[in-house]
Formats: sequence, C-alpha cells, structure tokens
Amino acid sequence: MTDKKVDGTLVRVSGVDKIFKRGSEEIHVLGGLDLEIPRGEFLALMGPSGSGKSTLLNLVGGLDRPSEGAVEIDGQRIDKLSDRKLAGWRARHVGLVFQFYNLMPVLSAQKNVELPLLLTKLSKTERKKRASIALDIVGLSHRAGHYPRQLSGGEQQRTGIARAIVTDPTLLLCDEPTGDLDRKSGDEILDLLQALNREQGKTIIMVTHDIHAAARASRTLYLNKGQLSTEAVD
Amino acid sequence: MKYVYLIFSNLKRKKLRTGLTLMSIMVAFLLFGYLAAIRQAFDAGVEVAGADRLIVRHKVSIIQLLPQSYEARIEQVDGVDNAVASTWFGGIYQERGNFFAQIPVVPEELFDMFPEYIVSDEQKAAWLATRTGALVGRGTMERFGWKLGDRIPINATIWRKKDGGTTWEFDIVAVYDGAEKGTDTSQFFFRYDYFDESRANGHGLVGWYTVRVSDPDRAAEVAAAIDAEFANSPQETKTEPEGAFIQGFANQIGNIAFIIISIMSAVFFTILLVAGNTMAYTVRERTSELAVLKAIGFTDRGVLGLVLGESLALTLVGGVLGLCLAMLLVSMGDPTDGSFPVFYMPASAVVVGCGLIVAMAFVAGILPALQAQRLQIADALRR
Repeated sequence: MTDKKVDGTLVRVSGVDKIFKRGSEEIHVLGGLDLEIPRGEFLALMGPSGSGKSTLLNLVGGLDRPSEGAVEIDGQRIDKLSDRKLAGWRARHVGLVFQFYNLMPVLSAQKNVELPLLLTKLSKTERKKRASIALDIVGLSHRAGHYPRQLSGGEQQRTGIARAIVTDPTLLLCDEPTGDLDRKSGDEILDLLQALNREQGKTIIMVTHDIHAAARASRTLYLNKGQLSTEAVD
Repeated sequence: MKYVYLIFSNLKRKKLRTGLTLMSIMVAFLLFGYLAAIRQAFDAGVEVAGADRLIVRHKVSIIQLLPQSYEARIEQVDGVDNAVASTWFGGIYQERGNFFAQIPVVPEELFDMFPEYIVSDEQKAAWLATRTGALVGRGTMERFGWKLGDRIPINATIWRKKDGGTTWEFDIVAVYDGAEKGTDTSQFFFRYDYFDESRANGHGLVGWYTVRVSDPDRAAEVAAAIDAEFANSPQETKTEPEGAFIQGFANQIGNIAFIIISIMSAVFFTILLVAGNTMAYTVRERTSELAVLKAIGFTDRGVLGLVLGESLALTLVGGVLGLCLAMLLVSMGDPTDGSFPVFYMPASAVVVGCGLIVAMAFVAGILPALQAQRLQIADALRR
C-alpha cells in the first residue's frame, strides 16, 4: 500500500535503478537515484545524450517502471500500480509534451486536444468546450480546425501543450519541447510553459539540451552516468 | 460511440489503401450474396419439400417409366393417404434456353397434393373445363410475358403426338402463386388426360408418383412398404422423401453446395490475407501514435479495442456494401433469365454474411491488435 505523505513535495524518487537489457548485456542507465521536486516547481533536467534524462522522465510519468526503488507522486507509489491503474493515473495526473509533438495527423488541432478527454465521462459538448479553452490558453483558437500538416512547428507544439493541459494534470512532463523548433518559436513555447508554471501553478519537469531553455526553469539539475547533480559535469 | 470518429479518421489516413481493401471485401461479400441466391435456387425445392411427401420412381432411373396402374396399388399401402402421378414432358418453348418444367397431371389430385400452389377457384374450374388448358406458375408467366387466354406452342423432345407432330398447343387458363417465398413458380402443368390420349406411345405410363403419408414419422416405414409392394416386378420402385428426390435432381449438375462453399472459402481466405495485411501495416506505421495514446492514458485493452474497431469498421463497410450490392443484383433477375425456379437472397445468407463480417474483422485484426496491446510506451516512443 502507499504511505501517502501530504507535504510540499510532489515528486519523490528514492533509490531508483533502471537497467535495460540488450540481449545478454545489461545497461545501467540510472543507479540509486534520489530526487525530490516540490509542488509548483519548474525543473529543468540537463545532461549529455544517453545520460538517462528521458528515462527519468518516463519513470516519473509512469510510462516505464524502475528496476529498483520507488517513485512516489503526490504520496502515491505509482511503480506499484497495475498497468490498468497506471494508465488511469496517467490520464488524470500527467500531461506530456514531446519533442516531435506526436499529434495525430488525421485529427484536427481541436480533436487532438480532445483526445485525453475521451477517457473521461465528459459529454461531447463539454469535451469540445474544454479543448477550446486549452487551445485558447496556448493562443491557437483560430487554428482549431486545422490539421497538424497545416500548422507550423511552433503551432504544433502549442497544440501538444494544449493536449497536455486539457485534463488539468498535476504534473507536466516535457521532453525537449523546443528541440525541434527555431529560436523564436522555442521562446514562445518557453514563455507558455513559464506562464503555466507561474499563473496556473503547474509543476513542470523539462528535459532539455538547451542552456537557454533551462534558464527559464526555477531549478536545473544535471544528470550524468545515472547520477544527479546541481552542477554540470564535463 | 465517442471512439467512432477516431476509428474512421484512422481509416482515412491512407485513402487509396483503405479504398482498395474495402473494394476487395465488398467484392467478396457481393460474390457471397450472389452465390447464396444461386444456391438457394438449387435448394429451394428441398427447403419447401413436404415432410409428409414421398416420391416413388423407377428403381433404375428417373427416365424409366412406371405403370399408371401403380397409383391404386400405392394408395392401398398402409400409411398412404393418396398418390399423384407426374411425368417429365421435356418440351421446348421457342428455343432451348427457355427452360422450364412441363408436367402432365390430374388437376384435382395436384391441388390436393400441393396446397402450396395458390390458384383461384374460378381458374381451377376453368382448367377442369379445358382439356388443353394449362396451369402456369407466376414466375414463368412473367418471364415470357404471358397472360391468361394465351395459346402456347411447346415443341416436344420426348413425346410425339399421334399424328407424328411434335408441337403441342396449350391454352393458359390458370396461374398459380407460391404460398411461400421459396415455392417454385416456374412450372407448367397440363392435363394428363389430354397428354395420354394425344401421345403416340407410352400410354398408361407415368414418370413418378408423389405420395402423401398420413404420419410423417412413419415415412421411412411406408417407403419401404411401397418398394416391397413392387419388389421382383418388371418395374421395381425406389421411394424416397421429396426433399432427397429434389436434391438428387439438383445433384445431377454437381454438388452445388460444395462447389459454392469451395469457391467462397478460397475468396474469403484471400480477402482475409488482404484485410490482415492492411491492418498489420496500419499498426506498424503508427507505432509511435499508439504509444502516445497509451501515454496519455489509454489502457492496453483500450488500444486493442481501437485496432479491432478499425478492423471491424473496414470489414463492416465493405461487407455491408457487398451484401447490399448483391441484393440489388439479385433483385434484377436471375442470371439464367428465368430458368431458376426461385432466385432470391435468403435471410439466412444475410445473417451468415453478418457473422462472416464480424469473424473476418476479428481474424484480420487480432494479431495487429495484440501487437498494439503489448506495445511498451517508452520503447515505442524511442523508435
């Protein structure tokens, strides 16, 4: 059972190992990692490629399970949940923003944003209304009927953010959200993330290679060889 | 219902591929529906055959004749209600392709034996009063555009007339409708007395007897008793249920059911591969999208259901279109231009067709759906 602790800490990662198996070879990506993230923080995770940033993000988002250790979100041990319960937990508590947007090409921006709401009991009208509000927050109301191929990279990423926030999740996980964008569009996305953090109190974890992007966060952690530090290691 | 939009949107992703697969499925079900109507045409007589009716024919073959005097002896057998003699006339109307059965009968006996032939009392009386009169099924009347009062010449291929001529003329005085949808309305009945007095040879001989038994449960026992009655005579008999007799007649062409089932099995197997291939591609090229669906909260079963739903939508649209098209084509008339006694798509074919649609959707979609269900989000997002 979970030992629910209600305090200022939203994310608590304790002694987490993550080992990937490739044939007979074992790859230790994370080793005994500990991390605490207070509610309402905007955390940037940096580190070289293969350092385990996305793996850590996946563990916190319930997209993967640790080989050892505990992942506790808002007092709940998500690594102990069954697959079905974990899917339900993700739907309620996590918003995901991907580097390559990962929108459904066959759906309009409006329908893409409505996707997570299909898992709720909301009526069609209510789903539409909430998706419109989310698109309005990211400044894309006027492009609601457009398909991803008709949107610019920045607009696609803003649609992705609208999809991530439409369920009003506790946690927003962004995996290199500006990695595929030019500087101007990237800045607009970072402005938006900052606003979501400051104005709506969203807790955000952002994986990035970009120092400029990390500077927007309230704290930056560096991951190297499966260990976290507050300073970059060369 | 809220997932229907998502399912159909995914099918629109590759319009050409979806269109071609849909057409393949549609053609398979069109063929299924049309062949079901053809099979029904061959089986129609079997389905509506009376459970209480037996056919007595010559033991050697149907073309060997039996004495007309057998009728009274058959009616003496315990368990027999009555017997009606019939003979194959085998005439041609205008040209060989205009096939329909012509059968000389005793009118009163026919009406008593076959209540499924619906004729008005007025027309029954007209037939009894007209020696050259004929009772014609509605199907044949419509096929040739005949109407009451028409005089129809039939060219005999078996039965010459006493004057050496081969053209027999009949006056259409009565028309019958079928009591059931499957009742054969292609037959042409005329009076046995006219036939027997006018034919050059074979007087007193008939083709077969239709016998009604008083208790259908005793049909096998009565059939054996009839055959025993004529055992060791010059014309021994073979008695069998009416349905088996009609089936035997149809089987002279071949085992229609087996041929049709073989063709359809090959067609459905091929289409299954086509639909399965489409579904496999659909899942393979959308690995990351399916992973995103799982990431935002869709369960493994939910994703399995979505892929199976796409498979069902694909086969449902193609299958229903195919069955509807088959109904339309069947309603336009039979391919032999009226030689089939009946030609319609039975309700059972629609039910079986719907079952096949669901089965095909499941078989074509289950492997890709399981693949989607087992997808690991983190692995799939890295691809």
